[in-house]
Amino acid sequence: MKSLAELEQIRKQTLERINLRKEDKGELTRIVIGMATCGIAAGARPVMHAFMDELNKRQLQHVTVSQTGCIGMCRLEPMVDVITPDGNKVTYVHVKPEMVPRIVAEHVVNGRPVEEYTIGAAEAQ
Amino acid sequence: MRDISLHLSDIVQNSITAGASRVDIGFRLDENRVLTVSVRDDGCGMSEDLLRRVQSPFTTTRTTRKVGLGIPLLTQNAQLSGGDVRIESKVGEGTLIEAAFHTDSIDCLPVGDLAETMATLVLSNPDRPDFILTCTSPDGEMQFSTEEIRAALGGVSLAEPEVYQWMLASLREEIEPILGGIMK
Repeated sequence: MKSLAELEQIRKQTLERINLRKEDKGELTRIVIGMATCGIAAGARPVMHAFMDELNKRQLQHVTVSQTGCIGMCRLEPMVDVITPDGNKVTYVHVKPEMVPRIVAEHVVNGRPVEEYTIGAAEAQ
Repeated sequence: MRDISLHLSDIVQNSITAGASRVDIGFRLDENRVLTVSVRDDGCGMSEDLLRRVQSPFTTTRTTRKVGLGIPLLTQNAQLSGGDVRIESKVGEGTLIEAAFHTDSIDCLPVGDLAETMATLVLSNPDRPDFILTCTSPDGEMQFSTEEIRAALGGVSLAEPEVYQWMLASLREEIEPILGGIMK
């Protein structure tokens, strides 16, 4: 493996960041990606990577990315739920990596869901 | 699935559902250009009855519906290349699934972005299980182990973005020299 010594550096930096995060008491936004057979086949893995990339670029502290199984609407995969601290959940469908920066900027950061990517917009067509 | 690494993302989910605490993943390319992909877990294992039925798309452990396509799709793609899938399992001990791909076949899928598969697997399952990836080919060998990373991080979660980026870069760098010829 690449030098484990680098990890010591990462450990220190991350601990500092975690302490800062504890102090400023922001509430958590959760991003949940459907990663069952249907989601993976439709391209969920690069979408998950795109979220990690974007969060890292913007150094967002109060966002977690996790996965879930099959949500039951395989034809709409890749699907992503964004759950904001107020408890509201917005479901995005047919998500592609190119859509991720806009979802992060407009919804996660500024609190305005990207209407045209949501399940509501897809089903209205 | 478009490539073998996506099948891996999918198949490993079975080990996680089986409650594994350790998952050993192997990519072994031999001199005859046969790639053997193996996933061995120490999860709950399968009964003989379930093992007999597991290749069927109408077998699944989930209760929300009656189809499960992970193993059948993997088998289909292995067989298209002239290879096959083999599964061993014992209740209480774990499961081994091995897929052989003849990489010289025109119908063989590429390996794909194995680094991204591993990094997202760890990101999605930061607490357990431990993942150990071993890649071997005539060009060399590499190993990646979350046991070692976990020990080195001493309490920092494997899901932290910095750790994710480090794992991804480290995996990319080390897998390329070994499986580079069959990745795309």
